Amino acid sequence: MKMTVGGRAVSYVLAYIFALIALYPIVLMISSSLKTNMEIFASPLSLPKTFSLDTYKKLWEAVPFADFLWNSVFVSAMSVLLITVFSAMAAFYLSRFSFKWTGGLYFFFIVGLMIPIKLGIVPLFLLMKNLGLLNSLWSLILIYTASGIPISVFILTGFFRTLPIELEEAARIDGCSHFQVFWRVLLPLIRPALATVIIINFIHAWNDFFFPLIFIQEEALKTIPVGMMVLFGEYETDWSLLFAGLTLSALPMIVVFLMASRQFMEGLTAGAVK
Amino acid sequence: MRWLIHLFPLPALVIYTLFVVYPIFSAFLYSLYDWNGIKRGVFVGLQNFITLFTVEPFNEMFWNALRHNVFYFVVEMIVQNGIAFGLAFLIYRKIRGSGFLKIAYFMPRLLSVIVIGFLWKLILNPNYGALNTVLGKIGLEEWARPWLGDPDTALLAIILINCWFGIGFAMLIFLAGLQSIPEDLIEAARLDGATGWRMLWKMILPLCMPAITIMTIFTFIQAFEAFELVYAMQGSMGEPFYSTDTLAVYFYRMAFSSGAGDVTLGLGSALAVVLFFIVGSVSALSLYLMRKREVQH
Repeated sequence: MKMTVGGRAVSYVLAYIFALIALYPIVLMISSSLKTNMEIFASPLSLPKTFSLDTYKKLWEAVPFADFLWNSVFVSAMSVLLITVFSAMAAFYLSRFSFKWTGGLYFFFIVGLMIPIKLGIVPLFLLMKNLGLLNSLWSLILIYTASGIPISVFILTGFFRTLPIELEEAARIDGCSHFQVFWRVLLPLIRPALATVIIINFIHAWNDFFFPLIFIQEEALKTIPVGMMVLFGEYETDWSLLFAGLTLSALPMIVVFLMASRQFMEGLTAGAVK
Repeated sequence: MRWLIHLFPLPALVIYTLFVVYPIFSAFLYSLYDWNGIKRGVFVGLQNFITLFTVEPFNEMFWNALRHNVFYFVVEMIVQNGIAFGLAFLIYRKIRGSGFLKIAYFMPRLLSVIVIGFLWKLILNPNYGALNTVLGKIGLEEWARPWLGDPDTALLAIILINCWFGIGFAMLIFLAGLQSIPEDLIEAARLDGATGWRMLWKMILPLCMPAITIMTIFTFIQAFEAFELVYAMQGSMGEPFYSTDTLAVYFYRMAFSSGAGDVTLGLGSALAVVLFFIVGSVSALSLYLMRKREVQH
């Protein structure tokens, strides 16, 4: 479509103003973390005059960030792994076989898309207590896996259905078992959908703070978001330390995103609009 | 060994049933009991629901929070989705630097809500925060205020921060919708003489309906589950004076921090059930309507 010169100019101004609005708070966060408190109050908007990592040293002493980081990595990686494997298996079954119950089973999984799982938090808390999983990273892994299954089954089933059935038939004639068809033939073909599932669930598990807030009490078992929360409560007047804490919590995700921004953005939307 | 195939959906089914379906189902049951958190008490039928809707202060709290959820939805639809659609449209029309712009718009979505909450709390701080400083510098001192401490502005501030967080994702959904429109349809409309706004209203918006519907459902669910940002910024009381309270925050308060030894777990579960029905019925209805329209295509 053609745009007039004026229209084009307005478009550019608007597009870049919103880019500034989106980025500026993040830039402010990072630049403030490199300033002293004095500098933040005196000139909150300018770039830091001197580049100093002192605050980060102080932060490292104030919180066990290495523990938090490991917990976040472990919980996210485990959840994503379980979700992907289990959902792919279920989706294969649901899309490739039609027994009497497959329709109902699919519906049962999909209902989960509409269930706000936070509302079951009280029974969930008691269940975790009975299973002896309070204060264990496995409580988080199980809950993220369970709540990630509906959307993942939905996306993967849809994708499996787009694959031509002849592929499998050929493989079966060549003597492949169900498992081999699934593992060797179909899984490699649904890689884009797997990427979507991995990314959606990774962002969710990495950033969530509701469940660790409730299930994890022990300091050394906290994930990054809840671990940092303590810091925000305790050092309410030390702004540069707070900004450093915020930056450090956000940094791993930002780095991963910048390395794989294409997959991230395509992955997030691939399942939504067909 | 052919029966082995039936084991395929089993792990997903077991975990999902145990940690999603069972807790929700239990919450439904709990809502029918007088419950004190340690032991489930007597069966009271719908008494908890009646209390929730008719007894002070529970009913006032409920309607107050529900109003805020509705406001949340309306503002997000207009501000977040309106702006996001505009930006998606600009990128769709091949603006230069679109790769950078997409990354920039999406960046806030990567931060944990807890980070966003504290970041904006620092920016909006009435004494030293960046926003009031900027207003001072451009000669709008009288606009400066304690944004989060003033009941008139606190809720709107939080919703706008949520919009800031969500615009990038909404933009991607709309962009995917726009890009799925077949080129030849647009070409045909142009040959028929459709231009500018006419093209947008008569062609592009209707063809984008699937993406718009999806975003509307997402926004609705998000608005009615709004919890994290409010909790991170204003605590479990929806400060100041419950002006930022939402149903989910109210639920959290009843379930975990009712204070003064209040016995409100049954009541909290009743609230959870109500919230579940609001979210569930609206998303089911919209999915149904969407399916119906897809068939007509």
